[in-house]
Amino acid sequence: MKAAGVIVALALALTIQTTLAKFVRGPVSVDLVLVAVVYVALTSGPVTGLLSGTLAGVIQDSLAAQVIGIGGLAKSLVGFVTGIIGTQFIVSQPLPRFVVFFVASVAHQAIIIGLGVLLDLRTWGRPYAPALVQAAVNALVGVLTLQLVELLPGAVERRKMAKTRLRR
Amino acid sequence: MAVVDIKQRVGYLFLAVMVGHVILISAQVNSKSGVPMLEAVTFGIFSEVQRGTSSGVSVFRRVWNRYVGLRAVETENNRLKAELSETQVQLQQQKAMADRAKGLEQLLGLRDRSGLNTTASQIIAGSASPDFRTLTIDKGSVDGLRTDMAVIAPSGVVGRVVVPTVRAAKVQLLVDHNAAAGALIERTRAQGVVIGSGENRLRLDYVSESSDVAVGDLVVTSGIDGIYPKGFTIGYIDVVEKNGTAYKHISVRPAVDFSRLEDVLVVLTPTPLHQATQGGE
Repeated sequence: MKAAGVIVALALALTIQTTLAKFVRGPVSVDLVLVAVVYVALTSGPVTGLLSGTLAGVIQDSLAAQVIGIGGLAKSLVGFVTGIIGTQFIVSQPLPRFVVFFVASVAHQAIIIGLGVLLDLRTWGRPYAPALVQAAVNALVGVLTLQLVELLPGAVERRKMAKTRLRR
Repeated sequence: MAVVDIKQRVGYLFLAVMVGHVILISAQVNSKSGVPMLEAVTFGIFSEVQRGTSSGVSVFRRVWNRYVGLRAVETENNRLKAELSETQVQLQQQKAMADRAKGLEQLLGLRDRSGLNTTASQIIAGSASPDFRTLTIDKGSVDGLRTDMAVIAPSGVVGRVVVPTVRAAKVQLLVDHNAAAGALIERTRAQGVVIGSGENRLRLDYVSESSDVAVGDLVVTSGIDGIYPKGFTIGYIDVVEKNGTAYKHISVRPAVDFSRLEDVLVVLTPTPLHQATQGGE
C-alpha cells in the first residue's frame, strides 16, 4: 500500500471514529483507528504497520486529550507485531483475520491499561468484559472492512464489464 | 546479506519508535515525587552516567596520583620536608628567643628586688673537666668583676667568681666539691655550711643538734662567708639522717638547675670579704 493510501485510510478511520463518537454511546464501542492500523499492517508489513500505528496513535492521543504517546505506543507495537504476523502467516481467510484483529485489540487494550496502571494515570475497575467486547467488535469490523475492500475492485470491474455488454 | 540489513533496520526503527514514545509519554507524566517523568528518568540516567564518569575519573586520578604522578609527589615531599626543617629551625629560634627573654626578665626582676649592684652576664662555656663544676661567663675584670664575687640566678645561688680575666670569668658552681657557703634554714634560722658534692646535690654540715631540721625546709645563704649576700635561696632539704641526737647527714637539693643556666647576675656590691681583701691589699 502506498503512503498516500495509508494516510487516507487513517484519516478516514479517524474521521469516522470522531463522527461516530458523537452518536454511539454505551458499553459497545469500536476503535476504527486501530482497525485501520491492523489492516495496514496486515497488507503492508511491519514497518508500515509500525509507522502508521505511531502516526495514528499520536494523532488519536492528541485528539483524545490524554497523555500523548500511550495510544501511539500501543498502536505502534500492535502494528509492528501484526505486520510481522501478516508476513509470516497466511491471513487471507475471515477466521484467521478475525483472530488477528481480536488479539491485536486485546493486546492494544492491555498495553493501554498496563501503561495507565504503571503511570498511575487512572483507576481501572474490571476492564476485561468491555475490552473483550470492544475487541470482538473491532475484529468484526476489521474482517468486514477487509472483505469489502477486497471485493470492491472486483465489483467495480464486474460493473464496468456489465455496462459494456449492455451498450453492445 | 541485504535481508539481514533490512531486518536490522526494522529492528532499529522499531526500537527508535518505542523509545520515542516512551520519551513522549515521560515528558507529560509526573513521577510520584512531582517531577516530570522525563526529567526524572533523564536525570536518573544521566546521574548514573555522571556517577560512572566520576568514578572513572576518580580511578584515573587515583592511579595517576598514586603511581604515575609520584615524581611530582616526590618533589613536593622534598619541598615540604625542606619547609618543615626550616620551620622547625625557625620555631626553635623563636622558642630560644622567648626563653632568653623570659630569663632576662626574671634576671631583671631579681636585680630590682635584691637592691644590689649587679651586672648581667651570659654563660658562654661550661666546665672543661667533669671533676670540676665550673662555667665561663662573658664578663671580666673590665666589667668590674673580681674574685669571690657572688653569682646568682633568679632561682637561687649559682656560685662565685674564681678566675676573672679581662673579658671573661670562670665561675665555681656551688655544687662543686670545693665550694661551700654559709647557710641557714629559713624556717628555724638554724645555721650551717653547705658544701658541694661534685654532683647535683649539696651537703649541709655543722648544724646544731638542737636544731629542728625537716625535709622540705628552705635553705638560704647566711652571709657569714663574706661572699654570698644574705637571704638568697640555695635549695631545699630532701634527706635528713640522724645518728643519735646528732645530724649524720643532711642533703640539700639546689634550687638552681645548673644544666639550664643561660644568664646570671654577678653581684658587684662589695662583700665584707672583698672589702677586707681590698683593704689588705
